[in-house]
Amino acid sequence: MSSTALPAAVPMQAERDDALLRATRRRRVMSKIVAHGALILGVLIVAFPIWMTLVGSTHDAATIGRGDVPLLPGSHAIENYATAWNEGGGKSRTTPAALMLWNSLLMALLIAVGKITISILSAYAVVFFRFPLRMAAFWAIFITLMLPVEVRIIPTFQVIVDLSLGNTWAGLIIPLIASATATLLFRQFFLTIPDEFVEAAKIDGAGPLRFLKDVVLPLSLTNIAAMFVILFIYGWNQYLWPLLIINDRSMETIVVGLSKMIGSGDSQNEWNTIMATAVLALLPPVLVVALMQRWFVRGLTETEK
Amino acid sequence: MQKKVIFKGKLLPLALLAPQLAVTFIFFFWPAGQAIYQSLLREDAFGFSREFVGLENFHEVLTDPSWVNAALNSLVFSGFVAGLALGLALFLAVQADKSIRGATAYRSLLIWPYAVAPAVAAVLWLFLFQPNVGMLGRWLNAMGIAWDYRLNGGQAMTLVIIAAAWKQLAYNFIFFLAGLQSIPASVLEAAAIDGARPARRFWTIIFPLLSPTTFFLLVVNLTYAFFDTFGIIHSLTNGGPAKATETLIYKVYVDGVQNLNLGSSSAQSVILMILVIGLTAIQFRAVEKKVHY
Amino acid sequence: MATLSLRDVRKSFAATQVLHGIELEVADGELVVIVGASGCGKSTLLRIVAGLETATSGQVVINNRDVTELEPADRDIAMVFQNYALYPHMSVFGNMAYGLKIRGMDKAEIERRVKAAAEILGIGPLLERKPKQLSGGQRQRVAMGRAIVREPALFLFDEPLSNLDAKLRVQMRAEIRRLQRRLGVTSLFVTHDQVEAMTLGDRLVVMNAGRAAQVAPPMEIFERPADTYVAGFIGSPAMNFIPAVLEDGGASAKLEDGSSIRFADGPRPGPAGRRLTLGLRPEHVEPTNGDGSIPLTVELIEPLGSETVVHGRAAGGMPIVTRLQGAFSGQSLSVHLSPKHLHVFDAETGRRLDS
Repeated sequence: MSSTALPAAVPMQAERDDALLRATRRRRVMSKIVAHGALILGVLIVAFPIWMTLVGSTHDAATIGRGDVPLLPGSHAIENYATAWNEGGGKSRTTPAALMLWNSLLMALLIAVGKITISILSAYAVVFFRFPLRMAAFWAIFITLMLPVEVRIIPTFQVIVDLSLGNTWAGLIIPLIASATATLLFRQFFLTIPDEFVEAAKIDGAGPLRFLKDVVLPLSLTNIAAMFVILFIYGWNQYLWPLLIINDRSMETIVVGLSKMIGSGDSQNEWNTIMATAVLALLPPVLVVALMQRWFVRGLTETEK
Repeated sequence: MQKKVIFKGKLLPLALLAPQLAVTFIFFFWPAGQAIYQSLLREDAFGFSREFVGLENFHEVLTDPSWVNAALNSLVFSGFVAGLALGLALFLAVQADKSIRGATAYRSLLIWPYAVAPAVAAVLWLFLFQPNVGMLGRWLNAMGIAWDYRLNGGQAMTLVIIAAAWKQLAYNFIFFLAGLQSIPASVLEAAAIDGARPARRFWTIIFPLLSPTTFFLLVVNLTYAFFDTFGIIHSLTNGGPAKATETLIYKVYVDGVQNLNLGSSSAQSVILMILVIGLTAIQFRAVEKKVHY
Repeated sequence: MATLSLRDVRKSFAATQVLHGIELEVADGELVVIVGASGCGKSTLLRIVAGLETATSGQVVINNRDVTELEPADRDIAMVFQNYALYPHMSVFGNMAYGLKIRGMDKAEIERRVKAAAEILGIGPLLERKPKQLSGGQRQRVAMGRAIVREPALFLFDEPLSNLDAKLRVQMRAEIRRLQRRLGVTSLFVTHDQVEAMTLGDRLVVMNAGRAAQVAPPMEIFERPADTYVAGFIGSPAMNFIPAVLEDGGASAKLEDGSSIRFADGPRPGPAGRRLTLGLRPEHVEPTNGDGSIPLTVELIEPLGSETVVHGRAAGGMPIVTRLQGAFSGQSLSVHLSPKHLHVFDAETGRRLDS
């Protein structure tokens, strides 16, 4: 605090200013040092597990098995990744990472595109039309916020079994594509589209579907991009649902597959190929976030309004 | 809120809504209804007969020591996860909000764990804390601490808390930073002119103004810890050792999928649904407050 | 080219009636301005003509075809919106071409029409730009271009100048007038600005509380306002209203201070003691020192440069505004009410009383 820096006797004006100035400067520098220190520490905490995973994926199984994981990468990267990619990770090597990545990609894309599509359509209907049961439909969608898949997992699984959709892409994806969050976001955005656009379109002779395609969709592009990032990650990171629905190892997604490689955390495992698989599993969503950071941050904070 | 200018037509909007409503009814309302229905029934061990037992399943669940254990685990787990992830994120966001060099770079570096799946986060931390191969696990043992999360319940809980909080840090950071950036500069300038020093400014101005965000995040974090962390627990500890990390959601899975006890599992699901409804309602109150600010 | 007829058009929103039977005939090539304070129903009327709003009863007839039930797109109209409603993601060309494209017009013809309209409006070099790269005046032109390319039977303008700054508004006003003459398109123009209305319209519809108070050419409205509302609405500063009663067999009016004014243009009907409202524009309240002058206490002086508006109060407390040539200063002023320019209204109904 600057008051402690003031000398006891009443100083000359210039001296006093100097003391105040020095104290202020010192405080500013301290504040910056604290900020940099804290942020560097934060980045290290965030990055350390990932770094060690990267390192682990570049050594041979014996080095790791002995417990001698060094802090720097080794020389076995190519063979580890090749094994994981072509045959699979861990002792069991059940499903090649290439196939699991493809499955995850398919699942994440279909979920993201599906959620966005049906959310845009329903938000458009709710905002731009008046029809019987409009509010009832809106609330029916809205209330699904309160029924996360984890909570109704067993009965939902039974529905899938009753419909013979177990072990199918449809069974994996369709139950996950209803989205109250995305519908709310698009509704919110559609409400900000000026009424005059609708009127101008009516005078121009554009019907509702044409207006959707020519005006509403182009105007929604940034929102769609933001939603895509969030939903792609949501889809990619699904765990409990694919774990239940998919028994067929050729349909395994990489997140579930990776977890299965671990087993009970036994030390006698091929940790190098597991770590290579882990890197492959986290790379695509991390890339999506890194490349689309601007949209992603906006989209995330806007959906919660 | 409603639009004044709309299109005519009744069939088209219903057709546009149809896909979403179909999915919602088949995969949300029907199962939720089934859960409530089954929670009132009991099936014999072979699945041949069912009888209506009223609220007996609920009574059994709520008095079952293993459910109470799971509830306590959930409380401890979510309390620590929320506390850790919120405190650290707020601290980092305040630092990143300062006008320092490289602020944007720090931000980008702190954001991306959001993209890591909970189950993958579990694998990353397992690789660090595995007692025989993990760097930190071995180090702890070398320091004379008998570290093995596979045998020690407290250590297992610590590990799942760390992995879950680590993963949630980015989300909280993003929201705290957005919240900090939305505080008008004029308010802080006024406080500065009033003579408030930075630390005091934080506790008397920034923190109160941030409280809607904090409250909102608290609810989101609790919801996350309760429901979205299944992957972490399933990958890391399988609820063990000796059910030390078995949370409510994990128990629903164990009883329903592994033990095939539908009545009890359904009753547990219904209890969780009530919990989510409560949390969501609180969340909306919080969001409303935030808007009114 | 086309005519427009409105026949007993009424509109209610729930229990509130906002239009009470509007009748209007617009001749081919005419520009009619609908003017009134906000909430008088002028925009609703325009939107009913456009088909964006449905009349509760009555008919809209364009070119002898009843279009009351038709969609906006089928009415052969074009509209310029207050905020222009340019699609932000389309170029200027895209915005102007959109309505034609939807109608399936062939590309060459679209191109020809858009180029021609852009030429007329002087926005030829801007065709590839997006709306947000344009100034307010340029956007206004694009909005008009979008209407022109359609070559519609009827132009509708919904307060198109209210988003422009004062100087540009005057310039665009003149431009719209020239353009409308040149194209000869029948037009309906809504505004709340009386100066805009006076300068633009062949005829004005002055609306008050959902009714057409007067439909007439601008100068007629100014010189012979049909009621006290129109009289007070048109002209700035607003007309002075002075309460009086009829006397002397209808030949003169007696003011509250006991003085009389003899009507210059003959007696008004009605019994002695009929309550009147006399109207006199500020420029017709003349300063004088002669007999029968009214002494005013000056309350406010507004110098406008070539003239000065003086707000004063007569002995009985009645406010009187006068407009004087040149500058003025002082605490008091004597004025004379010029009988030649007197407007006489019935105090109960507000309607004009002619001799």
